[in-house]
Amino acid sequence: MLGYIIRRILAVIPVMLIVAIFVFLLLRLTPGDPAAIIAGDAATPAQLERIRTSLGLADPLHIQFLTWAKLLFQGDLGTSLISRTPVTQMIGQRIWPTFNIAILTIALSVLIAVPMGVLAAWRHRTWVDYLVMAFSVLGFSIPVFVIGYLFIQAFSIELRWLPVQGYAAPSEGFGKFLSRAILPCLTLATIYVALIARMTRASMLEVLGEDYIRTARAKGVKETVVLFRHALRNAAVPIMTIIGTGFALLIGGVVVTESVFNIPGIGRLTVDAILARDYPVIQGMILLTSGLYVFINLLIDLSYTFFDPRIRY
Amino acid sequence: MRIQERLHHFKGHMRGATLGLLAGVALIGGTALATPAMAKTITAVMHSGLRVLDPVITTAHITRDHGYMIYDVLVAVDENFKPQPQMADWTVSDDNLVYTFTLRDGLKFHDDAPVTAADAVASLKRWGKRDSGGQLIFDVTESLEAKDDKTIVWTLKSPFPALLDTVGKQSAVPPFIMPERVASTPPEEAITDYTGSGPFVFVEDEYQPGVSVTYRKFEDYVPRSEPASWMAGGKNVKVDEVKWVTMPDAQTGINAILSGEIDYLEQVQIDLLPLLETSEDVTVETRDELGYQTIGRMNFKHPPFDNKKIRQAAQMALSQEDVLGTLIGNPDYYKVCGAIFGCGTPLADESGSQTLTSGGDIEGAKKLLEEAGYDGTPIVLMQPTDVVSLTAQPVVAAQALRNAGFNVDMQPMDWQTLVTRRASQAKPAEGGWNIFFTNWMVPEINSPLISPMLNGRGDDAWFGWPKDDKMEELRAAFIAADTPEKQKEVAVEIQKHNMDEVLYIPLGQYASPQARSNKLTNMIPSPVPVFWNIEKAD
Repeated sequence: MLGYIIRRILAVIPVMLIVAIFVFLLLRLTPGDPAAIIAGDAATPAQLERIRTSLGLADPLHIQFLTWAKLLFQGDLGTSLISRTPVTQMIGQRIWPTFNIAILTIALSVLIAVPMGVLAAWRHRTWVDYLVMAFSVLGFSIPVFVIGYLFIQAFSIELRWLPVQGYAAPSEGFGKFLSRAILPCLTLATIYVALIARMTRASMLEVLGEDYIRTARAKGVKETVVLFRHALRNAAVPIMTIIGTGFALLIGGVVVTESVFNIPGIGRLTVDAILARDYPVIQGMILLTSGLYVFINLLIDLSYTFFDPRIRY
Repeated sequence: MRIQERLHHFKGHMRGATLGLLAGVALIGGTALATPAMAKTITAVMHSGLRVLDPVITTAHITRDHGYMIYDVLVAVDENFKPQPQMADWTVSDDNLVYTFTLRDGLKFHDDAPVTAADAVASLKRWGKRDSGGQLIFDVTESLEAKDDKTIVWTLKSPFPALLDTVGKQSAVPPFIMPERVASTPPEEAITDYTGSGPFVFVEDEYQPGVSVTYRKFEDYVPRSEPASWMAGGKNVKVDEVKWVTMPDAQTGINAILSGEIDYLEQVQIDLLPLLETSEDVTVETRDELGYQTIGRMNFKHPPFDNKKIRQAAQMALSQEDVLGTLIGNPDYYKVCGAIFGCGTPLADESGSQTLTSGGDIEGAKKLLEEAGYDGTPIVLMQPTDVVSLTAQPVVAAQALRNAGFNVDMQPMDWQTLVTRRASQAKPAEGGWNIFFTNWMVPEINSPLISPMLNGRGDDAWFGWPKDDKMEELRAAFIAADTPEKQKEVAVEIQKHNMDEVLYIPLGQYASPQARSNKLTNMIPSPVPVFWNIEKAD
């Protein structure tokens, strides 16, 4: 097992290297000029050129890449071309809102979706099943910003229970954090609840038809134990995969939700950086996201051994 | 039966959990809303996030606004377009060659150091390398020196009557005064020390680029005694803190001001105004009457717009009413205006703009095209798709040009791609361009000294690169004009010449409404959103 983990971690190195080279080249081939963003509309070509030179953008591509790669090996993602703030500091400021929202969203989604999926499978082809499936289709189909606006209208503007926008760190008080995080989390959760509930239902349906379930029921095992210990555990592998990739997607940034609820997360950081052609920030974000995907996939793979002891690495 | 019981039990749990969650949300929500807002803090949503902190390196309006928060200026223009003393009074020698500025008492930087003449000299020199108006003054500067701690002597080789107007201008790059150690940074490198002497202190620890920025009242700031007028007069700060937060979604800003979470929304999208107009807690108003001018610019380097008659035909085909109606929609917020210096400014004149302001003349444009022998060369019209205030102009213009007989190749792209492509002098078919549109704040184009489009120095001119010696002569005549009357005469000539040569096409003026909580009072009208003088009720 330990050998497997080490092999997987080592495999990250070439992946990240390829991502780094690819992203660097792709960005340089995309039209755009950070100097023009900095200097503004009235700058003359000569002024733009001087700014480009001072930012190192006038150097040949390979020199720019080597400079960045050298910093990268020292654990430094460079400095934003636009704000002149270290990229690590910018990401450090913005990752926590995204991370906290992602954790809460996934927790909410799992708490709601798994029982929903189990219930739908258990009551297959009854109104309960149809209701769960209808909700699922709705959750998938309504754009996330529409759901966000509806929640804001209901809970913030009409009922005045919750703030309209903004983010508060848990360190400012858990109540304050939750009051600002709950609506974006519920908004995002509608998609994930739909997704996880469908997956749970499908996996459970498959498992509930197995002989060992019939045997358990014949032995008089409690129905909740049959459902949640025998069936759900055996149905867990695909559900875990969906939860894991869902979490990675959330961490990768949910720019629409972040915009609607004004959450200073990494989704907005990435989009702003792309619009401004802030190369070091984009590069840093893509590297981080790639690393996170690899790491989360590793955790998902390892979680399989817990749910299904037959799986060994 | 047991299963049914279990299900019932399970349902009971779920119901309890749901009710619990809702109650919890209500409780938390109630707690959050019961928490009083921090006393005397103005929370404002500005038009854009602050990302660049050096107000000299960039012409971005948000950075200029930041500059006015934390820095002060020697001279400032008031609402009558007159330069007024701000940090310094001045005298001018009889031959108009020597300007002597004397710093007023009590000026102090945020690090407690006194503001000295050496700081002002270094700041003016850095600004002079960056700003187009400043460059013109430094072209005729003999010397700029600190005579003592309080006296700055600026000696010219030849008179520059508009010196005070230029030093006192509010946009795009005003000469903010920084400590000498900061102002010695090369103008193409961003500063990293944000010590100013203005009415607010930048709170560096709380700054998140593009997200939020906090300014604290500078307790040692000594305001002038005159009433505030635009950027001049007393900057009396009456709140403890001002916080700018960025909201990328326009609807979120509206919701936030309606719920009282923010106090001020610098720009409100016109189509969202009805949401605010019924609120008793929010006032919608126009703080900047001059607003913006939207313009079209052609490329003089390549056919067909290297031909004056074809440029005139394009101008003749366009109608300001059509452009503004599509862009803004609500006539309360736009104005048909043929003045290249903007209506409502001292130099405004609308000569030569009749077709633009009266609905365009498609037949006239067709005739001109025929006379010019237009051969159907496609016109590459760049259409930015990601900037709300620039999406309508290309579409309306493309249709008008097609109606006149132009072969228009409208190419959609994001603004960043446009910004890069417009710097290319390549042929339109090889990555270049023929025409694009943009917007300027009127104070940025209200004089031939600062309007970038009127530069006629060919390759050294603004994008489009017109080589226009006559325009350069007229600009020199404007610099030499020593009375407002003479300046106006030259400005009228410049207006006529521009409309004849079509250096650029003025497509009208529009204002951007703002929204403020009724808790905020005494907000002075100004093209720059300033936060002094404002009072906030508890």
